[in-house]
Amino acid sequence: MSAALETLAVGGKPLPTPRSAYLDIVSVGKVFGTFTALKDVSLTINEGEFVSFVGPSGCGKTTLLRAIPGLDPATTGVIRQGAREITGLPPAERDFGIVFQSYALFPNMSVAENVGYGLRGPAWPRARMTARVDELIRLVGLAEHAHKYPAQLSGGQQQRVALARALAPEPGLLLLDEPLSALDAIVRLHLRQEIRALQRRLGVTTIMVTHDQEEAMGVSDRLVVMSRGRVEQVGTPEEVYRRPASAFVAGFVGRSSAFDAVVEAAPGMIVAAGHHLPADAARGLLYGTELRVFVRPEDVRLGPAAAGLPGALQMEVVHLEFLGAACRITLEAPRLRLEADASPDLVQALGAVPGVMLLVGVPSERLMVFKADV
Amino acid sequence: MSDAVLGERLSPPRPNRDGPQGAPVRITASLDQRLMQAGLGLALGFLVVALALPMGVLLVRAFEDANGAFVGLANFATYVTSPALIRSVWNSVWTAGVTTLLVVPLAFAYSYALTRSCIPFKGAFRAVMLLPILAPSLLPALALIYLFGNQGMLRWMLFGDNIYGPGGIIAAQVFYTFPSAAIILSVALATADARLYEAAEVLKAGRARIFRTVTLPGARFGLVSAAVVVFTQVITDFGIPKVIGGQFQVLATDVYKQVVGLQDFNMGAVVGIVLLLPAIGAFALQRWAEGKRSGTLTGRAVPYVPRPRARRDVPLLMLCLLTAGALIGIVGVAIWGSLIRFWPYNLTLTLDNYEFSRFDSSGWGAFSTSLELATLTAFIGTAIVFTVAYFLERGPQASRIARLLRGTVGLLATAPLAIPGLVLGLAYILFFNHPANPLGVLYGTLGILVLNSLVHFYTVGHLTATTAIRQLDPEFEAVSASLRVPVWSTFGRVTVPICLPAIMEIWVYIFVNAMTTVSAVIFLYGPDTKPASVAVVHMDEAGQASAAAAMACMLLAATAAVKLAQLLLARLVDRATQGWRRR
Repeated sequence: MSAALETLAVGGKPLPTPRSAYLDIVSVGKVFGTFTALKDVSLTINEGEFVSFVGPSGCGKTTLLRAIPGLDPATTGVIRQGAREITGLPPAERDFGIVFQSYALFPNMSVAENVGYGLRGPAWPRARMTARVDELIRLVGLAEHAHKYPAQLSGGQQQRVALARALAPEPGLLLLDEPLSALDAIVRLHLRQEIRALQRRLGVTTIMVTHDQEEAMGVSDRLVVMSRGRVEQVGTPEEVYRRPASAFVAGFVGRSSAFDAVVEAAPGMIVAAGHHLPADAARGLLYGTELRVFVRPEDVRLGPAAAGLPGALQMEVVHLEFLGAACRITLEAPRLRLEADASPDLVQALGAVPGVMLLVGVPSERLMVFKADV
Repeated sequence: MSDAVLGERLSPPRPNRDGPQGAPVRITASLDQRLMQAGLGLALGFLVVALALPMGVLLVRAFEDANGAFVGLANFATYVTSPALIRSVWNSVWTAGVTTLLVVPLAFAYSYALTRSCIPFKGAFRAVMLLPILAPSLLPALALIYLFGNQGMLRWMLFGDNIYGPGGIIAAQVFYTFPSAAIILSVALATADARLYEAAEVLKAGRARIFRTVTLPGARFGLVSAAVVVFTQVITDFGIPKVIGGQFQVLATDVYKQVVGLQDFNMGAVVGIVLLLPAIGAFALQRWAEGKRSGTLTGRAVPYVPRPRARRDVPLLMLCLLTAGALIGIVGVAIWGSLIRFWPYNLTLTLDNYEFSRFDSSGWGAFSTSLELATLTAFIGTAIVFTVAYFLERGPQASRIARLLRGTVGLLATAPLAIPGLVLGLAYILFFNHPANPLGVLYGTLGILVLNSLVHFYTVGHLTATTAIRQLDPEFEAVSASLRVPVWSTFGRVTVPICLPAIMEIWVYIFVNAMTTVSAVIFLYGPDTKPASVAVVHMDEAGQASAAAAMACMLLAATAAVKLAQLLLARLVDRATQGWRRR
């Protein structure tokens, strides 16, 4: 299942493995006055990889992104790009292209002038520059807008100009700082697929910061989940979703219901609010250990499907939300509350309307348990 | 999933949270950043020499006697025990207070008409409103003398009373300060959110209640600002009380009398410090009001569009016509008076009064000195002001030295707003005329006049430049660095072209003020560098009112021509470089 999903994640093509390390971040810290924004962050990003930094606001993801090009240099640690140490270098001596949330397009220059802005000096004679500008404008699909000013373009088109401008000098590293958050939902979805396709075509190592985890999961090879200035987990979207490294990651990535539980004497059994549940993950834990348990809504089995599961219990439907492809059902037993996703057909078959009692079960391998914070 | 994996999940490999952090990073500043830091260092040096040191010398001199010995507060003690000097303080305060009470409501009504009503000719009213700014403050005073002075045509209206004194000062100040108040208030009233008015109407509030609960609160910081600016302008103005004040002494004329008349520089310094106090107070109040004003209007606000309503529009139109008529009338009288052979006995027209060499030794030379002074100051000043503002906004901010440098330069750049011209002029004499000062060679040259005017009018240009630069995307410099384009290239290709309208605004502001100012330069000119504004004062003192008016009109003609040129040029530049603003 895991291999199949990984293949799915890169659009049907198997991952080109293994790749060599391109960006090496070692023990990086950043202090603003008395506030520690980054604490001992270590991370390796491979050549050609698409990595996203996700986390709640204030978690340090933008700080880390800005430390890599030296816009706000790190205060401690080492950053290596290729074989070169770049930690304290001025931005202009590094090799990167960047796209900001605001795009930062030069309003007094046309699309072509913006894209060609960095193509100056002996390396870019006029003919080569014009050819490169044309190529990029065509690549982002703005050929007929080349002579317009940014104010005459839509938000999505402006973002493409910013992307073309960043890619023009063939940087080794592309940085995207919340590139899509100023756009509306449909344009966002479309553009993120375009960015991913373009990135794969050019093979440029890319780092994106976003607060939208669905966006990050959709386009990234790997996610870096951050919280309070630290890296919580690094992994493929599937790893992070299925095997979160901490209670924080389980709660932040994807939807889940959470409740407290305690490890029982019998191996692999826990008790939550008086309900005895089997949980594979609790095996080997000491009797009496306090736990925080997470359950994904799609892992909850209802009615006949729950009948064979050990620990299945009767719960009352208290709320029903119709979301189109699925229904989200809120279930309650004494002092226990779960959310479950079910197809509208199943909901109809079960007659699951508020007030009805249902048999509810969770496969023992799908309970995600973490030691409670002491 | 195996147990081993699950066990790992429970205790994931974590970086050692309290363990040793990485080694400290040595940050290499880029060439751009080092250049900008050096530029700020130069700016600091300039502002220290041209502003901080002279003001420091002024402070010290207030505590010394004529021989340079320290006397503590003795000068201040003499000051408070001189009834004549204390009376000037009161005179200054009450004339400024009365002027403020007259100007602010009038300017409010005028601005309200321009922004919140449907009267016709708004463009023309707006242009007329700016007229007094272009004229030297002496011009309304001279015009009032023509009308109500000893030989005034309308003197009978005063019933034997006399225009020379507080009445004349207040009348001339109302004319002179009106545009400042009107500009501030029309900005405050222009930025209204229509949704607040819709909400108030939906909640069935009457017109008076909407005015009281929505309009006035929205403009209250504008009202505070306007009152403060008018009050300070009146207290620190020198030209009007000099020409029309007669025997009525105010603080500004006291400074002049102590220094030029009595050659008592120490007492001059004391009066200067007294004059500085209300200006600093006003400055602090103004900063407070500005800080409060931000955030009253969000980006999503819907602009308010007034609908025609005769009961409001007709009275407001009348008021605007009367006010604009008075403004034009005052200027008109000054121009007419300057063309009259012998006021009021021989009203035939002549250009004799424009043969300035008949009245003042500097002749037309004063006018060309003024042109030279204003042009030089405008070019040098605009370049310095804009570049320094850019360095402050986009220069290095990371290191402690950089922050200290920014803070100090920023403070010094805004300080001139609180320093009256007379005080700065006096500080310049004391500093540059000091025998030990190697910069003393500047004294009496055009150079010192340029330097003084530049510092005197620094702040408004600085604020204009800062506002314009802050409207640019803060990431332009980061984008340039990522594209390996040096910052000065982006400055030249992006920042300056986008800010061109603001740059022209700064140029014209400095030019107009350097042309019309009297207060600072009256202490500093040399035998060959007498500016036209000072020549106006001298010719008026010598009883040549018509020639004085003629010179004041020449100054007005020059500033008006420059202002018109700016409007035309702005349109051309707009067509050439600002095409991107149009969709």
